Formats: sequence, structure tokens, C-alpha cells
Amino acid sequence: MIITIIRKELHMLFISPLAWLLLALVQLVLAWVFLVRLDAFLEIQSQLLQIANPPGVTEIIVTPVFAVAAIVLLMTTPLLSMRLIAEERRNRTLTLLISAPVSMTDIVLGKFLGLMVFFSAIISLIVALCVSLRTGGMMDFGLLLSNTIGLLLTVSSFSALGLYISSLTAQPAIAAAGTLGVLLGLWLIDLAASATQSWLHYFSLLKHFGHFNQGLIDTLSTAYFILFTVTFLVLTIRRLDGERLHG
Amino acid sequence: MLDETTALTLSAQNLTRHYGEVVAVHQFDLQLRRGEVLGLLGPNGAGKSTTLRMLTGNLAPSSGSVEICGIDLLDKPQEAKAHVGFLPEIPPLYFDMTVNEYLLLAARLHRVPQEALKAALENVKQRCGLEQHSNNLIGTLSKGYQQRVGIAQAIIHNPDVIILDEPTVGLDPNQMREIRQLIRELGTTSSVILSTHILPEVENVCDRVQIMHQGSIVFDQPMIDLRQQNTSLEAVFTQLTQ
Repeated sequence: MIITIIRKELHMLFISPLAWLLLALVQLVLAWVFLVRLDAFLEIQSQLLQIANPPGVTEIIVTPVFAVAAIVLLMTTPLLSMRLIAEERRNRTLTLLISAPVSMTDIVLGKFLGLMVFFSAIISLIVALCVSLRTGGMMDFGLLLSNTIGLLLTVSSFSALGLYISSLTAQPAIAAAGTLGVLLGLWLIDLAASATQSWLHYFSLLKHFGHFNQGLIDTLSTAYFILFTVTFLVLTIRRLDGERLHG
Repeated sequence: MLDETTALTLSAQNLTRHYGEVVAVHQFDLQLRRGEVLGLLGPNGAGKSTTLRMLTGNLAPSSGSVEICGIDLLDKPQEAKAHVGFLPEIPPLYFDMTVNEYLLLAARLHRVPQEALKAALENVKQRCGLEQHSNNLIGTLSKGYQQRVGIAQAIIHNPDVIILDEPTVGLDPNQMREIRQLIRELGTTSSVILSTHILPEVENVCDRVQIMHQGSIVFDQPMIDLRQQNTSLEAVFTQLTQ
């Protein structure tokens, strides 16, 4: 049943030009960052040879590309997640799913996983971009792996939050604005935290992503992302169930 | 009346629904048998749509129970819902999909097995007169054809209970006649609940009439009795709901 809903979500996504436009734009921005970093690397390559233990090509090019990718995906998530439930509610199509022999959990998970399949496509394109460096030399695949896992976990948190906010309203635009606001808020918490060294550290999504970005697969950060995702998915299921009970 | 319990497809007991202080539906009882077409009448705001939403599991009742083919809707919602087809007041259509894509989605959601999908799709398109529009986007269809797609969605999995909320709204007289014909056909193998404002439609199609007023049932009789007593439905309706 979940498969049917994932297929439906992907179908709805790819018949609109939005998905294709976002795929192209994200790729354009990241390819540009990639080339700028590659250019910088080639310029300083001769100086790097003179230092003992110099940073490798992966650290100089791949790490910043993934850091930019996290911010770009933070901006694109609200555009993709806004319609998931809000639009169905607006068009009264949620009835089709609820009247069908499908559980609320299947509906929510299907929508979430559908979005994650799309993001996996974007992330695999970024990985392909980075792997192309292999043609010119050695690569640190460990660092690439930790970045990929980190980005996947970060994006799953973004999506779960976006899905939840989409379930709160019947206006996709409000869902988008709300999601962007909360995600930016979690980003700004990071800035406040680095100034005060406080407990706010633990709440910042991008701070946790930073660990993966540096090549550190941190258990605390992994647990944080998974808890964050699960919490918002459960809240979404409860929200839809509550509507049936009290609505 | 030998196998009374097996013939019973839908049974609702003491269904009550509050919205805060307001009682939308009060002590709704219904026993529906296979092969029966029930007309549910009532003025606007009588609680018809709320009742239908409770019978299809879209809304939880404040109290009372619903059984579909002997399965409790509240205990085992998925098993029970597999036996129901529902066309809400506003058809739940994805305007960006073609008729084929949409009906296949509806069939898959209602657990039509993979190998039977194609046959179910062709059958339902033929029954609802949609063969010519298989590859049209639903958004570009006229209101009448959209309504037909909505009905097709509700019957594609051959449900035992079919619930139609104002299915003939926006149709021209010819289409209306065809849809009524279709409802009569459906009524031979399944149970149908038809909510409508059009009294001749009920006289034409239904075996039984219920009239709701202010959340309660105020009238429940087989059509045959009404015809024998030679009372007009309109007179009854006006008398009970004014």
C-alpha cells in the first residue's frame, strides 16, 4: 500500500514542471560551486605540495559543495513539501485516501518516502558530480560517504517538518512560508549557539550536519536527526487522526 | 429471510456526532441489505453528509457503531473500508491526472489485485461511459464527466456498499438518466445509499426512503408502501421538514 502512495506522490511531483525546474536549478547552483572550488584548488595546488600533511582534494572541493547543498535543499524543501497534504485538503482529495483501506500511517509514510525518493535523486546527482573528481586523482571516499549520509539525514528532517506543517493548513503557500520560517529559525539558533556555547547547540540542524560535513559520523547527531524525523512523522499521523476524531 | 445476517451489508447503531455543543447527527440507525437502494433525503444541514462521512470512516462518531459486512468499522477500519465505495459531495479528483491514471490509482488503493486491474478499469469505464476520455486530463473534462469519474472511482473495486453523495449534480438530463440506470444496475448486486435533493430521482431509483431532519431520522419507509398509499414523497417531505 505504501508503494502505491509513493508512486502516486512521485507521479504528481513529476507531472508538474516544478520538480524538473528545481532539479535543474539545484544542479546548476551546485555545479557552479563545484567548478569555483575546483578552480581554487588548481590555483593553490602547487603551494599545497610544500605543506606537510596538506588537505586533500575531497576536503577542498567536496566538503563545501555539500555545505552549500544543505542550504540549497533547506530552501527547496518548503516548495516541495507544501502541497503534500495542504493541497489535498484544499482540493478535497484527501477523502479518496482516507476512504480507501489504507491506514493513516501508510498515507503519511508514503508521502514522506515519496519526497525522500526525489531528494535521493538530487543527492545521487551531487555524489556523481563529486565522484567525477576520481578521473583526476585519488579521493577520500570515507569523507564523501559521511557527507552523503549527513545530507540524507538532514533532508529527511526537513521533509518530516515540512510534511507536518503542511498537515496543519489548507493553504500550500502558508505551509511553505511556515516551513521556511521554522527551518531558518533552526539555522539561526546555530548562530546564537556558536556565540554563547549554550544548550542551543543541540537543537541546531545545521550544527549537527556540520559533524558529518567534517567527516565525523556522530552518534548523537545521527540520533538527533532520526528522532527529529520520527517525531514530526508521528505528529503528522496524530494530526490527521485527530481531524477524523474531532473534525 | 433465511440468511438474514449474510444479506445484511451495512448496519449502523445509535450513531451520534457532536461538533462541540452542536449535535449534528443524533441516534442514527440503519440496516441495509444486499440489493437495496436507499434514498437519504433531507434539507440542507440536516446531517446527511456528516452521516455519510461517518459510514465511510472519514469521521469518527461520538458514539455508536458501524458494521460493514459484519466487520466493525472502528475496530478493523481497513478490512471494513475495503467493502465500501464512496463518492463525496465534492468528487476527490486529481485534476493533473488522466482518467486512466486516476482510476488505476483508485483501484490500487482499494486493493484490486494486479492481474485484475486492466479488466476492472475497462469494465468501469464502459459502465460509466468514459471510454472516449481514457487519456484526457480530468481537469479538462466537463463537470458531468468529472462526476462520472467520481462514480467510477467509487465502484471500480466492486464494493458491497456504495455510498453516493449527490451523484447527479451538474449533469444534463440525458446523463442523469444514464446515471440513474447505472445506480439501479449497481443496486442489484450491492447496497447503495443515495443522498440527494431531487425527489423524482428517489421515486425513480430507490427501494426505500429515509428523511433526515435536524440530525434525526423522521421518516423511514419502503417505496412500495408509499406507492400503495398513493402519497407523494414531496408532500411527506414538506410536511416533515418545515
